[in-house]
Amino acid sequence: MSLDITTLTIQTAHEGLVSGAFTSVELAEACLAQIKEKDADINAFREVFDDVIEQAKEADRRIKSKEGINPLLGIPFSIKDNILIKGRTAGASSKILENYVAPYDATVITKLKEKGVVFIGRVNMDEFAMGGSTENSAYGVTKNPINPETVSGGSSGGSAASVAMHGALASLGSDTGGSIRQPAAFCEVVGLKPTYGAVSRHGLMAMGSSLDVIGPLTKTVEDTKIVFDAIKGKDEYDSTSHDGLDTTSPVQTKTIGVIKGLIDQGGIDSGVKERFEAQIKKLKDKGYEVKEIAMPHLHYSLATYYVIMPAEVSSNMSRFDGMKYGVRVEGKKLLDDYLSSRGAGLGKEVKRRIMLGTYVLSSGYYDAYYGKANKVRDLLKQDFEKAFKEVDAILTPTAPTPAFKIGEKANDPLSLYLEDIFTVTANLVGIPAINVPTNVQIMAPYNREDVLFVIGKDVENLR
Amino acid sequence: MSITPDELKNLAALARLPLSDEEIPAFQKDMDAILAYVAEINAVSSSDSEDAVVSVPEHHNVWRDDADANESGHYTEALLANAPAREGDYVKVKKIL
Repeated sequence: MSLDITTLTIQTAHEGLVSGAFTSVELAEACLAQIKEKDADINAFREVFDDVIEQAKEADRRIKSKEGINPLLGIPFSIKDNILIKGRTAGASSKILENYVAPYDATVITKLKEKGVVFIGRVNMDEFAMGGSTENSAYGVTKNPINPETVSGGSSGGSAASVAMHGALASLGSDTGGSIRQPAAFCEVVGLKPTYGAVSRHGLMAMGSSLDVIGPLTKTVEDTKIVFDAIKGKDEYDSTSHDGLDTTSPVQTKTIGVIKGLIDQGGIDSGVKERFEAQIKKLKDKGYEVKEIAMPHLHYSLATYYVIMPAEVSSNMSRFDGMKYGVRVEGKKLLDDYLSSRGAGLGKEVKRRIMLGTYVLSSGYYDAYYGKANKVRDLLKQDFEKAFKEVDAILTPTAPTPAFKIGEKANDPLSLYLEDIFTVTANLVGIPAINVPTNVQIMAPYNREDVLFVIGKDVENLR
Repeated sequence: MSITPDELKNLAALARLPLSDEEIPAFQKDMDAILAYVAEINAVSSSDSEDAVVSVPEHHNVWRDDADANESGHYTEALLANAPAREGDYVKVKKIL
């Protein structure tokens, strides 16, 4: 097997490594060459680590001495800039954390280190994961490798672009309302948002704590499964984490649901609609039973999300005050230090969400917004519970539009929020969801990632 | 209903964000548009939402042993190295009172 990084997957690279067709050093060098050639234009990487070759040499040593051989040994990864790797800078693409050095490893990083992966670098994102285009990064937009006039999506745009441009075979991103799935859709890679709590959040910078989850972006569904299996599981440092299903109940994947009226609502690109309908038809031809299901409260999910998420953001972002870490801009009094540090260090969209969150939590508005949103969130959970009695999985497009032009939505926050219309629901409900190219989202019941992988492979083969 | 400049200034003060007079019109426009959009959740009838009970996954308390998670002092240097100003093993800040 020859080393062509543009066609390799985790699976085939692993075969090449253990058979001795190529080494992990050669694999890493191939990624570095792609980055050198393309990243000055694409801007996926915030930093390429200076010890990549040493890491790869260690992986080669393990492969040679058959020490802990596993599918991820020697595989090059990129890591979103909001996940901590001990001793390395982690900045969440924000000015306020420009020189922040991670004091410990995130649990997902500990797990990947044990597997022997090679960390190529940290990748760009919307500041603190707030956005859907990476245009909110303090360090410039990440262009889409498929069409550099368009955005890579967000907030994990650097993760998706780094895989699409072959700068890494896999990436870890985070998903609060679609931040793995939407950039995966735009860059035509696979991206998984696991069940809430299936992967530990320890060492991930918090955005919306009841919504956040870490997940993989890769080239194939099987690769995503391999990474998910490596990072999942209960962790003593995240009390919401769990071990998923304790039974091995057989996978039911015969019946897929499409949501009544969803695809015909306004704001959905006609090309997206046509392609989705064609994909559903092909799945029907393949033997799937397709059922139309009613989701009475789905219409409210985006509004619900844009109440709950900013509320949690405003609370989580209060830690960035220029005192304990990050940039401090000195003023006359302590209060001035807070104001000037936050004023200088945080970007526009982050400030907007902090203000919104403060508003919906403030006295007099709490019941009308935050209280109400939590009730609607429960109704949404009930909608899904009912639906999953009828179907094994639910399919929608991932994004309502194809990748849009850089700058097209930059001055209209609400139009950018509407990009999240199909993705936020899985975060509000807590169920797993996956993007499979091109632009298909599959949602399954709690802890049924296995359902996503089975149907995902069938969708993958439709291309 | 539009959010007033005074309300915005109050929110900014609560959120510890500086807000100049020049920034107010843009914030006002964006916040009005977003709040008008999210207000549609109030169209969900209240009888519907009163029926709503938290379903799966069930919420329950998660306990851990009341013990040190790590050896005392293990992270001190790494954490303090990130502080904008320090004095010995303390983070240095301006006088609070």
